[in-house]
Amino acid sequence: MSEATKPTLDHPNFAVLKALFPMRKFKATEFRGESTLIVEPTDLHDVLAACKNDAKLNYNFLSDVVGIDYLNYPTPMPGRFAVVYIIESFSREDRFYVKTFLNPSIPTDGIVDDPALHIRSACDLWAGAEWPEREVFDMFGIRFDGHPDLRRILTWEEFPGHPLRKDYPVRGRGERESYRMVDRTTA
Amino acid sequence: MGLEAALPVDGFMTTQLRRVIGWARRNSLWPMPFATACCGIELMATACSRFDLARFGAEVMRFSPRQSDLLIVAGRISAKMMPVLQHTYAQMPEPKWVISMGACASTGGVFDTYAVVQGCDQFIPVDVYIPGCPPRPEQLIEGVMAIQRLIDEQGLPPPGGKRKPFGIVLQPNFAPRPQPVGLTVS
Repeated sequence: MSEATKPTLDHPNFAVLKALFPMRKFKATEFRGESTLIVEPTDLHDVLAACKNDAKLNYNFLSDVVGIDYLNYPTPMPGRFAVVYIIESFSREDRFYVKTFLNPSIPTDGIVDDPALHIRSACDLWAGAEWPEREVFDMFGIRFDGHPDLRRILTWEEFPGHPLRKDYPVRGRGERESYRMVDRTTA
Repeated sequence: MGLEAALPVDGFMTTQLRRVIGWARRNSLWPMPFATACCGIELMATACSRFDLARFGAEVMRFSPRQSDLLIVAGRISAKMMPVLQHTYAQMPEPKWVISMGACASTGGVFDTYAVVQGCDQFIPVDVYIPGCPPRPEQLIEGVMAIQRLIDEQGLPPPGGKRKPFGIVLQPNFAPRPQPVGLTVS
């Protein structure tokens, strides 16, 4: 990263969170005024809880939870998958991003439960995390421990893939054709 | 519509009962709008004052399939939506006709992806296809008039063939294919 695009890490949250968690390893970045804190997956829930409950932070609204697949991303990234929590504070009119990276431990072409793709759910902090976390699970196969109802939300229950993974073919693996075809002349 | 002009002065005319019923049916089509995408916007415009589908007797958009006899599939149908569309079709009373409106409903359109049905005619019988992305209201009106011509010519939809009853697809019964190899995203 060149000097010209070096992020200016001056968001006040960084100092507050560093003071709250002096022993944790954090990374941070900033792009066009939006600041992101990158945490270890095991630290994610503690950091989110602090963001919600600390009086100085007071992020009372979860805007969205998104997943990212960095397969074949031009820039080297710390992990294959990322989960981003976008949180907002109505009282301070501030938006903040908390991001964590995950690396799969088994091939990503199936729907087998990968123990490396588990993070703790934020549903106990913001009830609104339930559906976006279900979507991240549906699309990327990242499972949220402690989620009250972790089912697929967009594709159907038996869908044999996680379609937003970059190694999933865009036309699918035959799911759309493998509905039982109705032959009107013999049905 | 135009019937009075055909009546002689003393008020009698001879015709077939089948044609009288067909005449009533063709001029009081009650469409069921199954609008899932931008085609639905054109469908709404067609029913509004500028284009006024009521001129063709099809203004009563029924949002219950049990009161409809013309299903207008307007928009892309995902694989998860297909059983819903089939239930909707199965709930409509006979006789019933189907218009597949737009590229997505007819072929999948540009949405050649894992979740989109590539043409709703794989699962329900379709009488009239309307091309366009989305079709203009004039095209939809032409499609409704094509249904009216079908009713004029055939009366009831022909039994058998494409009209035979079919099983309802409730669950996808898939057998996943092997994973393609060598896929890179650049």
